[in-house]
Amino acid sequence: MKTIEQIIDEILNLASTHFNVDRASLSPDDDFFKTLGIDSLQALSLLTRLENHFSVELPDYEVQGVSDFRTLAERIEARL
Amino acid sequence: MTQSFVGETLSWELNDGCLELALHREPANEIGLQTLAELELFAAAHETLKDQAHALIMYSTVKAGFSAGADLRDLYGQAKEMGFANAAPRVRDFLTRIHAVLNMLDASPLTTIAAVHGVCFGGGFELALVSDLIIADKMARFCFPELRLGLIPGFGGIPRLKRDLGNGIVRDLLLTGRSINANKAQAIGLASQLVGEGDALKVARFTAAQVKKFDRATSTVAKRFLKPIPYAELRQEIETFCELFTQPAVEAGLRKFVESTDAQPYLP
Repeated sequence: MKTIEQIIDEILNLASTHFNVDRASLSPDDDFFKTLGIDSLQALSLLTRLENHFSVELPDYEVQGVSDFRTLAERIEARL
Repeated sequence: MTQSFVGETLSWELNDGCLELALHREPANEIGLQTLAELELFAAAHETLKDQAHALIMYSTVKAGFSAGADLRDLYGQAKEMGFANAAPRVRDFLTRIHAVLNMLDASPLTTIAAVHGVCFGGGFELALVSDLIIADKMARFCFPELRLGLIPGFGGIPRLKRDLGNGIVRDLLLTGRSINANKAQAIGLASQLVGEGDALKVARFTAAQVKKFDRATSTVAKRFLKPIPYAELRQEIETFCELFTQPAVEAGLRKFVESTDAQPYLP
């Protein structure tokens, strides 16, 4: 079972890789829309990458309004 | 009839018996009047070229994906200009025309393949649903967000989903408006093949090369058994959509979408 810290770490690594952002500049409580500079289509892409990485389904409505990595990790943890 | 065409929103080409339709309207292949007009040109070309072909591949050259669906900004702008209460005849005309194109594609004697990547939402999803096979890039995402606008899908979505998938997922997709990824799409029988990122068109071409080996007339007869077209429900869908379109919730839903700066504007 992954800890919430491990999930956050994997999300930050994934976001860093796929959106070309320095990993050291990302923090768990960042607003990822602002930090990554992503639009709605890129947010969908991030959702798909997270689902594929963690092998979970994340219905859109469960992540609606979520904008920081930590809360996103909590939503994923609930599905693992 | 020309064997290739390059329009404002799409292009097609007949190459070695495979007809390829490429959607190329930025930013996300939104389907408005221009796309419809060019799809009608394609439908006419298909009637002429079908005897020289064995397969049809539909794909997108746009990074965002296969298609984000109907051009809601255009729809809202036109309906607002004439008043939503008066817009139903124009909406009906649009739907009747696009149903004619999609029904023709659904009944095509060719083996039809949608190579899907990125967003495949609403009307774009409905375009993919007319194909015999959906080959999904692992980053593809499918969604029917229409109920958030106070509408149902209008390009044949519900009748074709009911034809192709089980009740549980059809209701889930429609009644929650959630999007699903390609893994899920394959698990529920929507996508026939799941492929790596950027590989959907390549695999669609491999598939088209395979179906070329079969007798065309036999494949066409097999399709009639495999894929009956729900014409009565499709006609009913147009009526229901037009009835719903004049409801105040639709104007409010479209306005909210068009004016939204939300990062997830497709969500209710």
